[in-house]
Amino acid sequence: MDRRDTIKSLLLGSLAGGALLTGCTPEENLSPEAGAEASDTGGYGRTPEEKKRDEELASETFFTEAEIATLAVLCDLILPADDSFGSATDAGVPEFIEFIAKDIPEHQVPLRGGMMWLNHRANRMFGAEFTDCTGEQQKKLLDAIALPNEAAPELQPGVVFFSLLRSLTLSGYYTTKMGIESLAYKGNVSNIWDGVPEEVLAEHGLSYDEEWLAKCANPARSEVAEWDEEGNLIS
Amino acid sequence: MQIKNSPKVYDAVIVGSGAGGGMAAKILSEAGLEVAVLEAGPYFDPADPAQRTQLRWPWESPRRGAGSTRAFGDFDAAYGGWEIEGEPYTRAPGTQFEWFRSRMLGGRTNHWGRISLRFGPKDFKRKSIDGLGDDWPIGYEDVKPYYDKVDQLVGIFGSKEGLPNEPDGFFLPPPKPRLHELYYIKAARKAHVTVIPSRLSILTKRINNSRGVCFYCRQCNRGCTVHADFSAGACLIFPAQKSGGKIDLFVNAMVREVVANEEGKAVGVSYISKDDRKEYQLNGKVIVLAASACGSARILLNSKSRQHPNGLGNSSGLVGKYLHDSTGASGKAFVPALMNRKTYNEDGVGGFHVYSPWWLDNKKLDFARGYHIEIGGGLGMPAYGFGFDITELNRFFGDIGGSYGPGLRDEVRRYYGAVVSLSGRGESIAREENYCEIDPDTVDEFGIPVLRFNYTWSDQERRQAKHMQETFNEIFHQMDGQRIGPTPGKGEDYGLLAPGMIIHEVGTTRMGKDPKRSVVNEYEQLHDAKNVFVVDGGPFVSQADKNPTWTILALAWRTSDYIIDQLKKQNLG
Repeated sequence: MDRRDTIKSLLLGSLAGGALLTGCTPEENLSPEAGAEASDTGGYGRTPEEKKRDEELASETFFTEAEIATLAVLCDLILPADDSFGSATDAGVPEFIEFIAKDIPEHQVPLRGGMMWLNHRANRMFGAEFTDCTGEQQKKLLDAIALPNEAAPELQPGVVFFSLLRSLTLSGYYTTKMGIESLAYKGNVSNIWDGVPEEVLAEHGLSYDEEWLAKCANPARSEVAEWDEEGNLIS
Repeated sequence: MQIKNSPKVYDAVIVGSGAGGGMAAKILSEAGLEVAVLEAGPYFDPADPAQRTQLRWPWESPRRGAGSTRAFGDFDAAYGGWEIEGEPYTRAPGTQFEWFRSRMLGGRTNHWGRISLRFGPKDFKRKSIDGLGDDWPIGYEDVKPYYDKVDQLVGIFGSKEGLPNEPDGFFLPPPKPRLHELYYIKAARKAHVTVIPSRLSILTKRINNSRGVCFYCRQCNRGCTVHADFSAGACLIFPAQKSGGKIDLFVNAMVREVVANEEGKAVGVSYISKDDRKEYQLNGKVIVLAASACGSARILLNSKSRQHPNGLGNSSGLVGKYLHDSTGASGKAFVPALMNRKTYNEDGVGGFHVYSPWWLDNKKLDFARGYHIEIGGGLGMPAYGFGFDITELNRFFGDIGGSYGPGLRDEVRRYYGAVVSLSGRGESIAREENYCEIDPDTVDEFGIPVLRFNYTWSDQERRQAKHMQETFNEIFHQMDGQRIGPTPGKGEDYGLLAPGMIIHEVGTTRMGKDPKRSVVNEYEQLHDAKNVFVVDGGPFVSQADKNPTWTILALAWRTSDYIIDQLKKQNLG
């Protein structure tokens, strides 16, 4: 699926979901869309203390310019652009890593020290820091630490660093709009769940059994429920 | 500092606004009583746009939803967590306990998984079955009418199954299983593990004209803007206020103790306002504690007077004792059949659509009491932590390479939705030697002496966790799944989490007929003080392999009916 198709299907998904929701929620003041519009003022439901903490973290600086530059090179080597979607730096991953290192200070020494470890090794092998190495040299350095199963034991610090950086890069990338489109995640919109699509069931050789489906039958979900004395749903 | 004492005398002063306090506020106020509700945190309504986290995208949080500010992540509704600045607790050496608190209107009902399981007939009579712990002084038949009423008032989906210890109720239709849940059903059946539709308090169908219907965003833990799931504010307190109930709400009010008069009779509570840090007193004919099992025990233990030198209601010495949380252990597996999935909106409701209630007979096992299994997986919305397991997952492919660079996107897509996690939540044995008490050396920032926990697991719980892991592995095997990471063994207590981590702690003011061996009677009324009641998890004699909320709600309703009756008969004066 190319990018245009993905975006199109996302849009269709949200439009369809919106229409369904309107049909099922008569009270306008309880529509999530109404809430969304009213609150899109830059916040995301913070308490005053949380807002203050976010602002303090945002005003601090942890990584040096040289470190950010190194992170940028590394992040894009980990997750480069492809034909449809931008790279890690296009999605702002280094900025995210800067924030998360301040937010979760346990990341600080492993990231800073990891970059130092890598520069030391780059210097020993190629007489230059990592960012000044050629593409081929950089690849050689990373190949040696990228696969934990195959890495030499003395390179373990590099393996641990690279694994952390890859994790943060993936988290940072796939939690952006670009990343979510690239993953083709289709949710976070109002909709009605009606089971796994037929073609997916067929692909997996699965089906819903009749007895189970009968329990899930819900033809009048916007009508107020009533039960008989035994607790059987009668409307 | 002079304590500010309002002359007003409420019919009832309720401490806490979660499941128990919310229910008491609703039933008592709708009976015409004037009630005050004290809540230690701020006002909260999930429908308030300023507090909304529902339908947010991960990039709206600079930490992408990481748990560094809120324990369950930035988008979780619950304020607070296991650690709260200025509100410490301590542990006796060599023991463990983690105490989760939500400081906000509705308390922990804003966070929980909406898993709403009735206790069954056996769950009230465990001692008669296996000789351990104690029986409740009441049975399922006493609580059943209230479970029935809670089902219809709050709303719950599920299915009639006729299982002996998993009583059916008044259910709304459950949602159809997701893809990984279909795999689970197949595998569980092969492993001879019962599997049925889950039972969650989420409105898949309208139950009245004031609350909305679920629109399937899988985010109940964020608080629902259309009130389509249960939280105590949305479902109990706000409706009671709307229908004219006289409820005075005191938020940011941290209760210190129950105040007694010269004769030792409880006349009110004292609290510290977090807004001006001054101490106030509210007076009531009846005091209803619903501050959570440990919160209420702390208040009682701190309520010392000449007549109650060991704390109010503590002539038995049992306040704080018999503390017990559910057991919890988990495992996850990579399921190759779920690789490279076609994506579609698979959010569904905020939780699993199917689950496994306890299915075995403990007589044939080396541990007492059961557990249920919760199922995780699917095409979820990415948040902080997404992609962290790729190194582990790549191990299953050994030499394929491409762990960075152009191939990495394909790896991410390959694994997306291909991991299934299973969690066991089981019943531990309530034991007198597991308890909380007042730490004589430590106060919180409000000057209130804090709790010190003394809690250790026994081999009963460890062997149960071992059984969970064996069951998970069997089910993973039946799915042709590959467990991620090693199965925790004896040295790791089989992955058994620290007590408190499952947030089902109960038992600290346990119920019983004998005032020497229990704190409250069968109506959750203190043996030592007729006008003081406890309606949280404290009165539980034993926690079942079920989540406690539905039973807290049912018992709080039953107790509220009793309070109304006793006030009419003038028996509480």
